[in-house]
Amino acid sequence: MNEAAVTVSHAEVEPAESPLTPESWGKLGMWVFLAGDAMSFGGLLAGYGALRASSPDWPNPMQTLGISMTAFMTFLLICSSVTMVQALSGARHGNQAKFQNYTLLTIIGGTVFLMLQAYEWGHLTHIGMTMSGNPWGAPLFSTTFYIITGFHGCHVFGGVCYLACILLTGLKGQYLGENANHVEILGLYWHFVDLVWILVFTFVYLI
Amino acid sequence: MAQAHTHEEPNYMNIFWALTLLTALEIGAVYLPLGKLAIGFLLVAMAITKAALVALYFMHLKFERSTLGIIALTPMILCAFLIFMLLPDLTASGKQHTPTAKPAASESAPAH
Repeated sequence: MNEAAVTVSHAEVEPAESPLTPESWGKLGMWVFLAGDAMSFGGLLAGYGALRASSPDWPNPMQTLGISMTAFMTFLLICSSVTMVQALSGARHGNQAKFQNYTLLTIIGGTVFLMLQAYEWGHLTHIGMTMSGNPWGAPLFSTTFYIITGFHGCHVFGGVCYLACILLTGLKGQYLGENANHVEILGLYWHFVDLVWILVFTFVYLI
Repeated sequence: MAQAHTHEEPNYMNIFWALTLLTALEIGAVYLPLGKLAIGFLLVAMAITKAALVALYFMHLKFERSTLGIIALTPMILCAFLIFMLLPDLTASGKQHTPTAKPAASESAPAH
Protein backbone atom coordinates (compact mmCIF):
# COMPACT_ATOMS: atom_id res chain seq x y z
CA MET A 1 0.00 0.00 0.00
CA ASN A 2 1.46 3.37 -0.95
CA GLU A 3 1.60 6.42 1.33
CA ALA A 4 -1.36 8.23 -0.29
CA ALA A 5 -3.65 5.22 0.19
CA VAL A 6 -2.72 4.97 3.87
CA THR A 7 -3.56 8.65 4.40
CA VAL A 8 -6.97 8.26 2.75
CA SER A 9 -7.88 5.14 4.73
CA HIS A 10 -7.02 6.87 8.01
CA ALA A 11 -9.13 9.89 7.13
CA GLU A 12 -12.14 7.73 6.33
CA VAL A 13 -12.11 5.84 9.62
CA GLU A 14 -14.50 7.47 12.08
CA PRO A 15 -13.61 7.06 15.72
CA ALA A 16 -15.86 4.59 17.53
CA GLU A 17 -18.53 6.13 19.70
CA SER A 18 -17.93 6.19 23.43
CA PRO A 19 -20.37 3.67 24.97
CA LEU A 20 -21.42 5.75 28.01
CA THR A 21 -20.85 9.32 26.88
CA PRO A 22 -21.82 9.65 23.20
CA GLU A 23 -20.76 13.33 23.31
CA SER A 24 -17.07 12.52 23.57
CA TRP A 25 -14.47 10.04 24.76
CA GLY A 26 -12.91 12.85 26.78
CA LYS A 27 -15.94 13.02 29.05
CA LEU A 28 -15.73 9.29 29.79
CA GLY A 29 -11.99 9.69 30.36
CA MET A 30 -12.60 12.49 32.86
CA TRP A 31 -15.18 10.43 34.76
CA VAL A 32 -12.76 7.49 35.00
CA PHE A 33 -9.99 9.85 36.16
CA LEU A 34 -12.29 11.38 38.78
CA ALA A 35 -13.28 7.92 40.03
CA GLY A 36 -9.59 7.15 40.57
CA ASP A 37 -8.99 10.52 42.19
CA ALA A 38 -11.98 9.98 44.48
CA MET A 39 -10.28 6.79 45.70
CA SER A 40 -7.17 8.84 46.57
CA PHE A 41 -9.23 11.27 48.62
CA GLY A 42 -11.26 8.39 50.09
CA GLY A 43 -8.05 6.67 51.21
CA LEU A 44 -6.76 9.89 52.77
CA LEU A 45 -10.02 10.55 54.62
CA ALA A 46 -10.32 6.93 55.79
CA GLY A 47 -6.72 7.08 57.03
CA TYR A 48 -7.50 10.36 58.78
CA GLY A 49 -10.50 8.78 60.49
CA ALA A 50 -8.47 5.74 61.57
CA LEU A 51 -5.65 7.85 63.02
CA ARG A 52 -8.08 10.15 64.78
CA ALA A 53 -10.09 7.29 66.29
CA SER A 54 -6.93 5.65 67.63
CA SER A 55 -5.46 8.87 69.13
CA PRO A 56 -6.86 9.73 72.60
CA ASP A 57 -5.39 13.26 72.62
CA TRP A 58 -6.72 14.41 69.24
CA PRO A 59 -7.39 18.19 69.48
CA ASN A 60 -10.84 19.62 68.83
CA PRO A 61 -10.62 21.00 65.24
CA MET A 62 -13.40 23.52 65.86
CA GLN A 63 -11.45 25.19 68.66
CA THR A 64 -8.00 25.00 67.12
CA LEU A 65 -8.63 25.64 63.42
CA GLY A 66 -11.67 27.90 63.54
CA ILE A 67 -14.44 27.59 60.96
CA SER A 68 -15.58 31.10 60.04
CA MET A 69 -13.04 31.54 57.23
CA THR A 70 -13.32 27.95 55.99
CA ALA A 71 -17.12 28.27 55.95
CA PHE A 72 -16.63 31.27 53.67
CA MET A 73 -14.19 29.23 51.53
CA THR A 74 -16.86 26.53 51.20
CA PHE A 75 -19.39 29.15 50.14
CA LEU A 76 -16.86 30.52 47.65
CA LEU A 77 -16.37 27.12 45.99
CA ILE A 78 -20.15 26.60 45.81
CA CYS A 79 -20.42 30.02 44.09
CA SER A 80 -17.62 29.05 41.69
CA SER A 81 -19.51 25.86 40.79
CA VAL A 82 -22.52 28.00 39.87
CA THR A 83 -20.37 30.28 37.70
CA MET A 84 -18.91 27.14 36.06
CA VAL A 85 -22.33 25.80 35.07
CA GLN A 86 -23.24 29.26 33.75
CA ALA A 87 -20.04 29.26 31.64
CA LEU A 88 -21.06 25.87 30.21
CA SER A 89 -24.57 27.15 29.56
CA GLY A 90 -23.06 30.10 27.66
CA ALA A 91 -20.82 27.81 25.60
CA ARG A 92 -23.70 25.46 24.75
CA HIS A 93 -25.92 28.31 23.63
CA GLY A 94 -23.18 29.95 21.57
CA ASN A 95 -22.90 32.95 23.89
CA GLN A 96 -19.17 33.76 23.86
CA ALA A 97 -19.41 36.71 26.28
CA LYS A 98 -21.28 34.62 28.87
CA PHE A 99 -18.77 31.77 28.49
CA GLN A 100 -15.80 34.11 28.92
CA ASN A 101 -17.19 36.15 31.82
CA TYR A 102 -18.33 33.19 33.90
CA THR A 103 -15.12 31.25 33.26
CA LEU A 104 -13.17 34.30 34.43
CA LEU A 105 -15.35 34.52 37.56
CA THR A 106 -14.66 30.83 38.25
CA ILE A 107 -10.92 31.48 37.94
CA ILE A 108 -11.23 34.40 40.38
CA GLY A 109 -13.19 32.19 42.82
CA GLY A 110 -10.52 29.49 42.70
CA THR A 111 -7.68 32.00 43.07
CA VAL A 112 -9.29 33.69 46.09
CA PHE A 113 -9.81 30.23 47.63
CA LEU A 114 -6.09 29.48 47.22
CA MET A 115 -5.12 32.85 48.69
CA LEU A 116 -7.33 32.24 51.73
CA GLN A 117 -5.87 28.78 52.16
CA ALA A 118 -2.33 30.22 51.99
CA TYR A 119 -3.33 32.79 54.63
CA GLU A 120 -4.81 30.06 56.85
CA TRP A 121 -1.67 27.90 56.55
CA GLY A 122 0.53 30.90 57.34
CA HIS A 123 -1.53 31.73 60.42
CA LEU A 124 -1.54 28.13 61.67
CA THR A 125 2.21 27.79 61.13
CA HIS A 126 2.74 31.04 63.00
CA ILE A 127 0.91 29.74 66.08
CA GLY A 128 3.01 26.56 66.11
CA MET A 129 1.04 24.08 64.02
CA THR A 130 3.59 22.43 61.74
CA MET A 131 3.76 19.18 59.78
CA SER A 132 5.54 17.49 62.69
CA GLY A 133 3.52 18.75 65.63
CA ASN A 134 1.20 21.24 67.29
CA PRO A 135 0.71 22.77 70.74
CA TRP A 136 -2.62 21.05 71.42
CA GLY A 137 -2.14 17.27 71.24
CA ALA A 138 -1.54 14.44 68.78
CA PRO A 139 1.16 15.49 66.26
CA LEU A 140 -0.69 13.58 63.52
CA PHE A 141 -3.51 16.13 63.82
CA SER A 142 -1.45 18.73 62.01
CA THR A 143 0.25 16.23 59.67
CA THR A 144 -3.06 14.90 58.37
CA PHE A 145 -4.51 18.42 58.19
CA TYR A 146 -1.72 19.71 55.95
CA ILE A 147 -1.67 16.59 53.76
CA ILE A 148 -5.43 16.52 53.12
CA THR A 149 -5.94 20.27 52.65
CA GLY A 150 -2.68 20.48 50.68
CA PHE A 151 -3.71 17.65 48.34
CA HIS A 152 -7.03 19.40 47.78
CA GLY A 153 -5.28 22.76 47.30
CA CYS A 154 -3.12 21.19 44.57
CA HIS A 155 -6.32 20.12 42.84
CA VAL A 156 -7.70 23.67 43.06
CA PHE A 157 -4.44 25.04 41.64
CA GLY A 158 -4.60 22.49 38.79
CA GLY A 159 -8.23 23.48 38.21
CA VAL A 160 -7.38 27.19 38.00
CA CYS A 161 -4.64 26.41 35.43
CA TYR A 162 -7.07 24.19 33.47
CA LEU A 163 -9.72 26.97 33.55
CA ALA A 164 -7.17 29.53 32.37
CA CYS A 165 -6.08 27.25 29.48
CA ILE A 166 -9.69 26.73 28.32
CA LEU A 167 -10.44 30.46 28.63
CA LEU A 168 -7.35 31.45 26.64
CA THR A 169 -7.74 28.81 23.93
CA GLY A 170 -11.47 29.57 23.67
CA LEU A 171 -11.17 33.32 23.14
CA LYS A 172 -12.00 32.97 19.45
CA GLY A 173 -15.12 30.92 20.06
CA GLN A 174 -13.65 27.43 19.56
CA TYR A 175 -15.71 25.94 22.39
CA LEU A 176 -19.16 27.17 21.41
CA GLY A 177 -22.10 25.03 20.32
CA GLU A 178 -21.12 21.48 19.38
CA ASN A 179 -17.63 21.94 20.84
CA ALA A 180 -18.97 22.83 24.29
CA ASN A 181 -18.06 19.33 25.52
CA HIS A 182 -14.55 20.68 26.26
CA VAL A 183 -16.12 23.10 28.74
CA GLU A 184 -18.32 20.34 30.14
CA ILE A 185 -15.25 18.15 30.82
CA LEU A 186 -13.57 21.10 32.55
CA GLY A 187 -16.75 21.61 34.59
CA LEU A 188 -16.74 17.98 35.71
CA TYR A 189 -13.25 18.46 37.17
CA TRP A 190 -14.12 21.75 38.86
CA HIS A 191 -17.33 20.43 40.44
CA PHE A 192 -15.41 17.41 41.72
CA VAL A 193 -12.98 19.78 43.48
CA ASP A 194 -15.99 21.49 45.07
CA LEU A 195 -17.54 18.13 46.05
CA VAL A 196 -14.34 16.97 47.74
CA TRP A 197 -14.03 20.24 49.69
CA ILE A 198 -17.58 19.76 51.00
CA LEU A 199 -16.43 16.45 52.50
CA VAL A 200 -13.07 17.80 53.71
CA PHE A 201 -14.81 20.75 55.40
CA THR A 202 -17.14 18.38 57.27
CA PHE A 203 -14.63 15.68 58.25
CA VAL A 204 -11.56 17.81 58.98
CA TYR A 205 -13.06 21.05 60.34
CA LEU A 206 -16.53 20.35 61.73
CA ILE A 207 -16.57 16.85 63.20
CA MET B 1 -19.60 11.92 16.11
CA ALA B 2 -22.85 11.21 17.92
CA GLN B 3 -25.20 13.95 19.02
CA ALA B 4 -24.87 15.27 22.53
CA HIS B 5 -26.95 13.71 25.28
CA THR B 6 -29.54 16.49 25.48
CA HIS B 7 -31.58 17.35 28.55
CA GLU B 8 -33.16 20.44 30.05
CA GLU B 9 -30.87 22.50 32.24
CA PRO B 10 -31.82 22.17 35.91
CA ASN B 11 -32.48 25.31 37.93
CA TYR B 12 -28.93 25.89 39.13
CA MET B 13 -29.89 28.71 41.48
CA ASN B 14 -32.17 26.35 43.44
CA ILE B 15 -29.22 23.97 43.87
CA PHE B 16 -27.03 26.90 44.93
CA TRP B 17 -29.50 27.99 47.61
CA ALA B 18 -29.91 24.40 48.83
CA LEU B 19 -26.12 24.04 49.15
CA THR B 20 -25.81 27.40 50.94
CA LEU B 21 -28.63 26.52 53.33
CA LEU B 22 -27.12 23.11 54.08
CA THR B 23 -23.72 24.74 54.77
CA ALA B 24 -25.38 27.16 57.21
CA LEU B 25 -27.25 24.27 58.86
CA GLU B 26 -23.99 22.33 59.19
CA ILE B 27 -22.37 25.23 61.06
CA GLY B 28 -25.46 25.57 63.24
CA ALA B 29 -25.53 21.82 63.95
CA VAL B 30 -22.09 21.97 65.55
CA TYR B 31 -23.50 24.11 68.38
CA LEU B 32 -26.57 21.92 69.03
CA PRO B 33 -26.87 20.59 72.59
CA LEU B 34 -26.59 16.98 71.41
CA GLY B 35 -24.10 14.15 71.84
CA LYS B 36 -20.97 14.01 69.67
CA LEU B 37 -22.26 10.95 67.84
CA ALA B 38 -25.63 12.55 67.01
CA ILE B 39 -23.95 15.74 65.76
CA GLY B 40 -21.48 13.68 63.72
CA PHE B 41 -24.32 11.71 62.17
CA LEU B 42 -26.17 14.93 61.27
CA LEU B 43 -23.05 16.49 59.75
CA VAL B 44 -22.21 13.41 57.66
CA ALA B 45 -25.82 13.19 56.43
CA MET B 46 -25.79 16.84 55.37
CA ALA B 47 -22.35 16.55 53.73
CA ILE B 48 -23.46 13.50 51.72
CA THR B 49 -26.63 15.35 50.65
CA LYS B 50 -24.53 18.32 49.49
CA ALA B 51 -22.09 16.07 47.63
CA ALA B 52 -25.01 14.25 45.98
CA LEU B 53 -26.56 17.57 44.87
CA VAL B 54 -23.27 18.63 43.26
CA ALA B 55 -22.82 15.27 41.52
CA LEU B 56 -26.44 14.91 40.35
CA TYR B 57 -27.13 18.46 39.15
CA PHE B 58 -23.86 20.34 38.62
CA MET B 59 -22.07 17.29 37.18
CA HIS B 60 -25.33 16.23 35.44
CA LEU B 61 -25.08 12.65 36.72
CA LYS B 62 -28.88 12.61 37.06
CA PHE B 63 -29.18 12.98 33.29
CA GLU B 64 -26.44 10.53 32.30
CA ARG B 65 -26.67 6.81 31.62
CA SER B 66 -26.94 4.70 34.75
CA THR B 67 -23.68 2.87 33.95
CA LEU B 68 -21.82 6.15 34.37
CA GLY B 69 -23.43 6.42 37.80
CA ILE B 70 -21.96 3.02 38.64
CA ILE B 71 -18.49 4.30 37.69
CA ALA B 72 -19.03 7.31 39.97
CA LEU B 73 -20.31 5.14 42.84
CA THR B 74 -17.48 2.59 42.67
CA PRO B 75 -14.99 4.69 44.71
CA MET B 76 -17.58 5.17 47.45
CA ILE B 77 -18.21 1.43 47.69
CA LEU B 78 -14.45 0.82 47.88
CA CYS B 79 -14.05 3.54 50.53
CA ALA B 80 -16.85 2.02 52.62
CA PHE B 81 -15.08 -1.36 52.28
CA LEU B 82 -11.79 0.26 53.37
CA ILE B 83 -13.43 1.77 56.46
CA PHE B 84 -14.94 -1.60 57.43
CA MET B 85 -11.51 -3.21 56.95
CA LEU B 86 -10.01 -0.61 59.31
CA LEU B 87 -12.67 -1.05 62.02
CA PRO B 88 -11.15 -4.12 63.75
CA ASP B 89 -7.81 -2.31 63.95
CA LEU B 90 -9.48 0.77 65.44
CA THR B 91 -11.34 -1.32 68.01
CA ALA B 92 -8.07 -2.98 69.04
CA SER B 93 -6.20 0.34 69.37
CA GLY B 94 -9.16 1.81 71.28
CA LYS B 95 -8.85 -0.98 73.85
CA GLN B 96 -5.13 -0.28 74.26
CA HIS B 97 -5.93 3.31 75.24
CA THR B 98 -8.37 2.40 78.04
CA PRO B 99 -7.25 3.66 81.51
CA THR B 100 -6.93 0.08 82.84
CA ALA B 101 -3.95 -0.52 80.59
CA LYS B 102 -1.83 2.20 82.29
CA PRO B 103 -1.52 0.76 85.86
CA ALA B 104 -0.32 -2.54 84.41
CA ALA B 105 2.58 -0.72 82.77
CA SER B 106 3.51 1.19 85.94
CA GLU B 107 3.37 -2.00 88.07
CA SER B 108 6.01 -3.65 85.95
CA ALA B 109 8.38 -0.65 86.23
CA PRO B 110 9.76 -1.28 89.82
CA ALA B 111 10.93 -4.78 88.83
CA HIS B 112 13.96 -3.25 87.02
